[in-house]
Amino acid sequence: MTSATTPAPTSLPAAARQQAANRKKPPLSDGSSRLHRSEKKWALLFVAIPVLGYLLFILYPVLFALYASFTRWNGLGPMRFIGLDNYVALLGDERFQLSLFNTFFYMIGIPIGLALSLALAIAMNRKLVGLTAFRTIYYIPVISSLAAIAILWQWAYNGDFGLVNQFLGFFGIEGPNWLADATWSKPAIIMMAVWKGLGYSMLLYLAAIQSVPRSLYEAAELDGAGAWQRFRTITLPMVQPVTFFLVVTNIIQGAMIFTEIQIMTPGGGPEYSTASAVYHIWRQAFQYQQMGYATAMAIVLGILIFIITLIQFRLNKRSSFVID
Amino acid sequence: MSTSKDKNQLSRTARSRITDVIVWIILAAGAAFMIAPLLWMVTTSLKTQVEVFALPPVWIPEVLQWDTYVRMWQDSLVLSGFKNSAIVAFTVTIIGTFTCSLAAFSLAKMRLPYRNAIFIGLLTGIMIPFPTIMIPQFVMFAKIGWVDTLLPLIVPAIFGNIVMIFFLRQYLESVPNSLVEAAKIDGASYWQIFWRMIMPIIRPAVAAQFILWFMVVWNDYLAPILYLNTPEKQTLQVVIANMNVQYATQRDYPLIMAASFVALLPILAVFLVFQRQIIESIALTGSKG
Repeated sequence: MTSATTPAPTSLPAAARQQAANRKKPPLSDGSSRLHRSEKKWALLFVAIPVLGYLLFILYPVLFALYASFTRWNGLGPMRFIGLDNYVALLGDERFQLSLFNTFFYMIGIPIGLALSLALAIAMNRKLVGLTAFRTIYYIPVISSLAAIAILWQWAYNGDFGLVNQFLGFFGIEGPNWLADATWSKPAIIMMAVWKGLGYSMLLYLAAIQSVPRSLYEAAELDGAGAWQRFRTITLPMVQPVTFFLVVTNIIQGAMIFTEIQIMTPGGGPEYSTASAVYHIWRQAFQYQQMGYATAMAIVLGILIFIITLIQFRLNKRSSFVID
Repeated sequence: MSTSKDKNQLSRTARSRITDVIVWIILAAGAAFMIAPLLWMVTTSLKTQVEVFALPPVWIPEVLQWDTYVRMWQDSLVLSGFKNSAIVAFTVTIIGTFTCSLAAFSLAKMRLPYRNAIFIGLLTGIMIPFPTIMIPQFVMFAKIGWVDTLLPLIVPAIFGNIVMIFFLRQYLESVPNSLVEAAKIDGASYWQIFWRMIMPIIRPAVAAQFILWFMVVWNDYLAPILYLNTPEKQTLQVVIANMNVQYATQRDYPLIMAASFVALLPILAVFLVFQRQIIESIALTGSKG
């Protein structure tokens, strides 16, 4: 983060700059000629807008949020510095803890979704009729607007007239009034999330499976490996990078779950059973005007997400990008 | 000897054909699960209110109530929502794509001072989740009087999207430096190199990223509900969410479903047309991640 604030090179005396350039760069690209100086100027100009955007709309808000989290503040009036009081209050805030618990509870859907999508991808790797149509259908929920999908599922979970219970009725099962029932509200949200995300994971898995050399499977088959063995010793390790990518991005996105909660269960559901962390932050900040306190919660959430992302970058170092 | 081998082979292909059929049935059943809620959404929008609350359920309406869609355009904010969403999504993606391409060119192919520092610095931005900075951003825009306008949704985004810069830069890595050097020797300005040479080269990557970004902006919900209060100024996603609250009390579910369906229609159309490009670029995203 500090790197973005590096001073412009013009602040150095020309000679020192020259020396630094000579030391660091191979002879071919030494920054002496006027041509190169003009190139640097243009290069800086071309990258200036995103850098400015970063400073204004990311770095400044982050620093501001850090400060605001140590204050009592309603967003309009003066900010009163109260030290760590907000963070101490968080430790005893049952609603915030419940919302964090709910947020992590939703992540049960991640392994379920990944297992299902891997199975689907393996199924799709056969030469079958109508595969393109299947792929399209599985992918439609992914591209659909989350707000519209949430509205649809809220209605589909209706206890008496919803699609889900009408379907269960075929089998003589009387479904609960999903979203109004503290036991079933979270599973309902998870099912919807799995349904919406299935196509995306399936697509990534399919691409990974298709890139596995056929010869590997053929060799294993010659050695007498059964289908399950081939799956465990070839497919699973070969799709491991995709699994990892999906786990981490799903956790990050899951940590920010908001839209479906706000639309499907206004008020946070029965006994606050569906409220997610972001939903709780949003409510504290924009409905109760506790901006300072809400910012402290947002910082805690941000740090949790940051740690997860950091782990991703660490573990994924070799397979991702190389900075020259 | 040879006959027994043939027989073995035959039974193997037969077995594999049976597996194919079973797999196909499973995939078809799965597809039915995936599409059923959406079909139900469409049929509900075409039912009468009586049919919606009928028991046993009416699956296909007796007379299709196209009138619901007429009603929706007339007495709701769907039209203004559409307009606002289009303004935001097109402005952001068109200007933003340009900003990102220029930056990616600079980061990948020019002698940019502190190149790695700048790039890594920008990348740290990916790790900052929007909820963490939404409160300061809101206060910032409130101070300059931008609340209840589309500007807070547009302005930060046109400064560029770090994910897109990242992918375009990766894409440019595969372009040989000698191409750019040759153009320089021929006396082309950097602007000309960017516009005449780099842009055509990265067009496929730009197109894919453009579509993905457009979808994200079109479907965004959190930022719009923070900033937009006046009903006429709200984007489509906020409009349908408000209709969901408002018309549910009148039990007008056909209207709600019609509006929701219309809200996801543009992206669905784009997806069906550009399916191959979208799917390829998504598969690429995963392998790069």
